[in-house]
Amino acid sequence: MMFAVVIALAAVPLAAGVVALIVPPRLAAAVTVVAGIASFALVLALVPAAAHHTLTYVSYFRIDAVSAIFMLATGFLYAAVAVYAVGYVGHELREKDPAGGRRYTIRFYALFNAFAWSMFIAPMMNSLALLWIAIEVTTVVSALLVALENSEAAAEAAWKYVLIASAGLGLALLATIFAYFAGAQLLGQHYDLALSTILQVGSQLPPTPVRFAFLLAVLGYGTKVGLFPVHTWLPDAHSEAPTPVSALLSGSLLAVSFYAILRYYQIATAALGTGFPRDALLAFGVASLLLAALYLLDQRDLKRLLAYSSVEHMGILAIGVSFGAPIALAGVMLHVLAHAAAKGNAFMGAGVLVVKFGSKRISAQRGAMDLLPWTGPLFLLAVLALCAMPPFGIFRSEFQIVAGGFSAHRYAAASVLIVLVTLAFLGLSAAATSIMFRPLNTTRGPGAMAHAHEPSAWMVVPMVAGFIVLLILGLHPPGELTELITRAVAQLRGAA
Amino acid sequence: MGTVQAPGVYTGAADVIAALMLLLEFGMLRQALIRDQIRLYATQSALISVLAVVIAADRGIGDLYALAALSAALKVVAVPYLVRKLLGRTGRDEAAGVAGSYTIGVANSVLGSIALAAIGFFCFNSLGIHSADAPGTALAIAGGMVLVAFGLMIVRRDVASQAIGFFSLENAISLAALVVAAGLPLILETAFLFDLLVAVVVFGMLIRAHHTRSDSLSTADLTKLRG
Repeated sequence: MMFAVVIALAAVPLAAGVVALIVPPRLAAAVTVVAGIASFALVLALVPAAAHHTLTYVSYFRIDAVSAIFMLATGFLYAAVAVYAVGYVGHELREKDPAGGRRYTIRFYALFNAFAWSMFIAPMMNSLALLWIAIEVTTVVSALLVALENSEAAAEAAWKYVLIASAGLGLALLATIFAYFAGAQLLGQHYDLALSTILQVGSQLPPTPVRFAFLLAVLGYGTKVGLFPVHTWLPDAHSEAPTPVSALLSGSLLAVSFYAILRYYQIATAALGTGFPRDALLAFGVASLLLAALYLLDQRDLKRLLAYSSVEHMGILAIGVSFGAPIALAGVMLHVLAHAAAKGNAFMGAGVLVVKFGSKRISAQRGAMDLLPWTGPLFLLAVLALCAMPPFGIFRSEFQIVAGGFSAHRYAAASVLIVLVTLAFLGLSAAATSIMFRPLNTTRGPGAMAHAHEPSAWMVVPMVAGFIVLLILGLHPPGELTELITRAVAQLRGAA
Repeated sequence: MGTVQAPGVYTGAADVIAALMLLLEFGMLRQALIRDQIRLYATQSALISVLAVVIAADRGIGDLYALAALSAALKVVAVPYLVRKLLGRTGRDEAAGVAGSYTIGVANSVLGSIALAAIGFFCFNSLGIHSADAPGTALAIAGGMVLVAFGLMIVRRDVASQAIGFFSLENAISLAALVVAAGLPLILETAFLFDLLVAVVVFGMLIRAHHTRSDSLSTADLTKLRG
């Protein structure tokens, strides 16, 4: 039964991508919405099973609690953004000639579904080699999506992205090879890099290759996570991609790459003990958080602002894992989900703001609270959620991470985390307040002709859904999710 | 005590091939014309296949013959053909944008890359990864090649050289894989190769998009996004 769900999950988004290539654009949008919602339902159906045992099928698929959490994040965003895209693409088409618009729509939907597919596939893979391949596929597909806008800036962002991310993944491939070398010492030449096998023999693995593989994996996959100093592609790609894609890049792609690091973390802690892997993650996490907090303070472009906030949150994830205490790891798992919902909402709101004001510059956007009766408050709440305000999910997750830091006696690191998150809060909230409440200049400027009106209901509905998810995660996470997180924490701490 | 044994045929061959590949990497770094860079890349890829055959014969790993053939078909024939075809439209006199694309002088690039190669060589060597299957020197040279490939992507300021730099980075990793992971199951190796092919197509599409837009292969003007 569950096998059918897994197969369906691996087939539905891909099929939707292929269908989008051949059917008329309007139908492609409908197919994508259906595929998105169906995929989310399929992931939800997987959760109870994954919360109780690890699902392994035909030796290639392996879904445990950790995978299920990352698939949940992708599933929710895929569904939400698929709905949002109906409104967004409709707006994009107004500025294009019919032939160009048709080309744009077909490419967008085909690639968008393929992108979601690759992000579902990656956490399902048992083999570290297939995991690498899936993540490489996410790169090439999303690079084409970044280039889709066909502007000079988009071409620049796409080139930087594909080159830097591919070079990073080159290092990750080297990590994969050293992981194979380490495993083959114990398991023989026909070892196929299966995670289930290598974790069983974890404590006997030769330390040097494992250490090297872990470092290469953190640096290599870390390029796609956006860890300092290999984050440089991230703000460009996030700001130049079509907004629905930005939401998926930030909420889901970065998380899936972080998932790959977590797998190497599991192997490394089994072979080397916890000291070295945690120190390495702490160093990368603090550096990323520091950089992001500083860039957030003085940012002029709304989508770049949100991109740096993603760097910040990925840094928080790395720091949370480095604390290692169960409550911190539970916070990390919850943070993946809450960040996906919050950042998805923030990007979707930013997309509406950009459509409304015709500019990504923060200074060009003002009085949004009056002009956008739904998006205004929802965007503001999403930013507050990103700043870890209660009662939203990120408040709960960051609270758990900090509590875990103190319970693990990492007082200095936990204090640095609090200070830098507060700094990031300043930058984010200053920008959001300026967009929302600075009075509209009624005599001139881009807002002059604007009147209070939402561009599209399609773009509001998914934000309401995201808001509800944030509330649920913050106030009372469902029991099954708590069970899933508990099991994921046990797995990250070395239980089979 | 202290007798130095002559390397066996396999170890010797692996070391020589690795050294030749590193030299070709320097060739790509130095080369001014795209079509010559592609030729050097194809030669480097051919050497990988030769090494795979040597290892297959020495260790009796039958799968590696198939891998050598597949790798040659893709990296010696298909990838160079695709890159040439995708770059074909950008015209033959595009060499100018590529030839002068050094961020630092040619001599300095080469000197810097020699330093990089040395760092990579000694780092990988000091890992002490030696086993019956793994001739340490070839692995260390692969480490040097990885860094030189990164250097190539950094010092050349044109999309074609940067792409070739990435493809040759993949060659360096293949070399490391052949040396330390010769037994990697064929299906995974095949998947890696097809993945490379997809990457090549996407690189080609983005290069073409860049060229149609700016009428040049140079990346010197890709500086608008910052902050």
